Amino acid sequence: MTILTQVLNGLQLGSIYALVALGYTMVYGIILLLNFAHGDIIMVGAYISWIVMSQLGLNPVLAIVLSIVGCAGLGVLIDKVAYQPLREAPRMSLLITAIGVSYFLENGAQLVFGADAKVVPEYFSLPSLSVAGVSPSANAIITIVVTAVSTIVLTILVQKTKLGKAMRAVSEDMGAARLMGINVNNTISFTFAVGSALAGIGAVLYSMAYTQATPTMGIMLGTKAFVAAVLGGIGSIPGAVIGGLLVGFAEVFVSAIGLSVWQDAVVFLLLIIVLVVRPTGILGRPMTEKV
Amino acid sequence: MSNDETRESKAAVETGEAACPKRRRPVLVQMETSNLVPERDLGKMPVLQAEHLGIDFGGLTAVDDFNIAMGRTEISGLIGPNGAGKTTIFNLLTNVYRPTRGTILLDGYDTAGKNVVEVNKMGIARTFQNIRLFDKMTVEENVLVGLGNSMSTHLVTDVFRLPKHWRQEAEYHDRAMDLLGIFNMQGLARERAGNLPYGAQRRLEILRALATNPKVLLLDEPAAGMNPAETEELMGNIEKIRDDFRIAILLIEHDMSFVMGICEVIGVLDYGRIIAKGTPEEIQNDPKVIEAYLGKQGVK
Amino acid sequence: MTASKPTATQAGATAARGYRSLSMPARYLINAALVVAFLVVGELMIGGGVVSRYQTGVIEQIGIYIILAVSLNIATGYLGQLPLGHAGFMSVGGYSCAIFIMRMMGVAGVTMRDFTSGSPAAMGLFVCGIVFGGVCAAVCGLVIGVPALRLKGDYLAIITLGFAEIIRVVMQNIDGVLGFTLTGGAKGLTGIPSYTNFLNTFIVVAISLFLIHAMMKSRHGRAILSIRDNEIAAESCGVNATYYKTLAFVASAFFAGVAGGLYAGCIGVMAPAKFGFMKSIEILVMVVLGGMGSMLGSVISATVLTILPEALRAVSDYRMVVYAVVLILVMIFRPKGLLGDYDFSMSRVIERIMNHGRRPEDFAPAAASASDAGDITSPVEGPGAPAAPSDEGAGKEASTHE
Repeated sequence: MTILTQVLNGLQLGSIYALVALGYTMVYGIILLLNFAHGDIIMVGAYISWIVMSQLGLNPVLAIVLSIVGCAGLGVLIDKVAYQPLREAPRMSLLITAIGVSYFLENGAQLVFGADAKVVPEYFSLPSLSVAGVSPSANAIITIVVTAVSTIVLTILVQKTKLGKAMRAVSEDMGAARLMGINVNNTISFTFAVGSALAGIGAVLYSMAYTQATPTMGIMLGTKAFVAAVLGGIGSIPGAVIGGLLVGFAEVFVSAIGLSVWQDAVVFLLLIIVLVVRPTGILGRPMTEKV
Repeated sequence: MSNDETRESKAAVETGEAACPKRRRPVLVQMETSNLVPERDLGKMPVLQAEHLGIDFGGLTAVDDFNIAMGRTEISGLIGPNGAGKTTIFNLLTNVYRPTRGTILLDGYDTAGKNVVEVNKMGIARTFQNIRLFDKMTVEENVLVGLGNSMSTHLVTDVFRLPKHWRQEAEYHDRAMDLLGIFNMQGLARERAGNLPYGAQRRLEILRALATNPKVLLLDEPAAGMNPAETEELMGNIEKIRDDFRIAILLIEHDMSFVMGICEVIGVLDYGRIIAKGTPEEIQNDPKVIEAYLGKQGVK
Repeated sequence: MTASKPTATQAGATAARGYRSLSMPARYLINAALVVAFLVVGELMIGGGVVSRYQTGVIEQIGIYIILAVSLNIATGYLGQLPLGHAGFMSVGGYSCAIFIMRMMGVAGVTMRDFTSGSPAAMGLFVCGIVFGGVCAAVCGLVIGVPALRLKGDYLAIITLGFAEIIRVVMQNIDGVLGFTLTGGAKGLTGIPSYTNFLNTFIVVAISLFLIHAMMKSRHGRAILSIRDNEIAAESCGVNATYYKTLAFVASAFFAGVAGGLYAGCIGVMAPAKFGFMKSIEILVMVVLGGMGSMLGSVISATVLTILPEALRAVSDYRMVVYAVVLILVMIFRPKGLLGDYDFSMSRVIERIMNHGRRPEDFAPAAASASDAGDITSPVEGPGAPAAPSDEGAGKEASTHE
């Protein structure tokens, strides 16, 4: 039955990656930015939970809500302050700005909270389940369900709502969207809000699983999720989910066979192989340039 | 200029010593017969031949059954409404797109399976409808990139600045200046290409293509965005290029006075097919051409 | 840094009659003299104790980061790609150079002390080690470049990041696979002799900059730049894009390896964790901040960004936050970097002085055709100016002078 447990672990980890990857994909889809600060938004989310529960001793539900809302707000703030002035600038400048924001958040957190890990308390004490001889952790189940629901909601939001239509229009052609009367800056900010809210959910789920907040926790988590997004085909919602699950499974599998020191290498190797075979990721649209 | 084109129903296919620069023997194919070449180019192998060329994008046929045989010093034009497939033909001839059907022979050599670079080295150079210069490089450097085709220094020679490097750079600087002289652009040699006015950019693109030492030059709307005086000057210069370099030139252009004034043979393309082919006079009076441009009512 | 130019002598004749320009040998002589002067002054200051040991170490690191930034600039500024794995090449070069030197010391009969005294055998070993490091990194560059360069834009960025991370994990765990100690695992490789000093660092820096400059100001460099400006047009002009992209990438990796070799000797310890993704970013920041495609920009920003954290040690808690804020502000207010793609030429400055401040176009005949002359700024480069790779912001410079 250990195989089932491992599958469940893979699903749990993969779900977290998928949620974070969705944020990368949305931001990339709309302004073609590899938002390096995205991983650090998760870190901030984890610290918010820690403050609300450990320091202020408030209700876990409030912690969850504040984490999500805080992350969404932070995403919008970052966009308004750092990215919006660079809409017309070369993409490289935008990228470096994102790196700057990432440095700022990491080092800011280190300054405020210190370098040592903070323990995020359990949000809820959950009953242990036992189904068909497996006892999956309730955390795993919650994580998987929340991710599935979030993905569905996000897909509906992008495909069916007016705002979603505006987002897709802006990502196709910013100039044309502006001429059609779409408020481009607000649409982009909204995208950041949604992407960062997903990061907030990811932060809560991550804290549930690993119960820790450190200033640098966003780096590797962010990088892996970013890999997941590219793997699946950046800009594609189902791609991000597939990529996230693939990365999660790969990691759990490599650890399970006792090669955990090679875990990172395997994830990146997977990425390389996929990109060599499919240069724009599993579900990415092929790039063609009109001559 | 020989304006007296002779209609010749058979494009003679023949080998000539000069026609085979490489040791490999050219592949000779008896081509379709409906092509026209100027009288002076008769008896020499056409420099560019395409047979039944066609390409489909998905289910859509963008170009179908395109045939051409260009004399070695011919200036031809390709006209047709927007979206007729003119630029697609250029992309096929330069192997930017791989044709779905048909063959292309450049000076007798089949270009199938070659990439863009190899086709250029075989002797086709082109300009682009939406100008594609090396914007951040200087005018001279743009030409030098084209001339790079015939430069031979090894990386080590260049990196260690051996004497051969200096000799070559000096020689090619002169050649670049000579080329720029065609359009009287020497004074702009140090200007950034991206800072040039539109007309000068078009001219520079022609020079850059010419620098690659082509046998066939494909010009995609060379006169676009030029004023009448500039267009007039360009016509003279294109004929001069043909005479000085003894190359064939195929051009796409919407400016009818330009096309009619300079081209010896004109092909009219509509919906990916050649609907008429002939001298400027014939084309001007062809009802099918008028219909393609003006619609059915225009024919009445 | 260096200024020399292939077509200078002839350009003088066509573009600017009456303009006094420097001959090619004179240009090289001036630049060589500057390098020697810099080295002599540096050596004297270190020998005389004006510069402390600690400061010498910082100066060496400046040199190392200059090579790193300028070499990354080949791939970013000149080729127009975004590799995020430069630290990977640096670590390959560093490990292989250090391991080579450590293992060959016995064979060549060189002791630790010989590196400080500078015996001929030690110097020879140093040169071999640095070249070996560069070559190893270049081979890695080739292995990575071939698949990576098939991809475009951000996909190339992420695949190079992936390769660099794999290199890091390999360095960390290779000993376990090999069964003997090669890299020292996660603890790192220790006991590296301190074969790097001010003199050899700066000779390597000068040579590297010269070679990179010479490559870029040749037909090979022009081919690389043309791919950056327009790949489709470059290919239709007969530029073999695959070959030149790989060349640029491998050259970039080679010099990163050279810098890595110096780094190992300077720091004395090689630990895989130092060469993560953040190190690559650090180097990229130097390039972008200096201005992509500007060698001088890379040199200046590598210098400033190496000194800055050292200078800010007093406020060490805040320094990274300050650094981050500076980074964001520079990008917002100077999105093209501090120098854009302007490059500096010592010979041009001297020529300007020789001609009493007049620029070559003051002499140039109006050769442009009438229709052109109106709407363009006059050529701004002196005949001594590197006629080349995205050198000067033509319009920009014109506006500052007029």
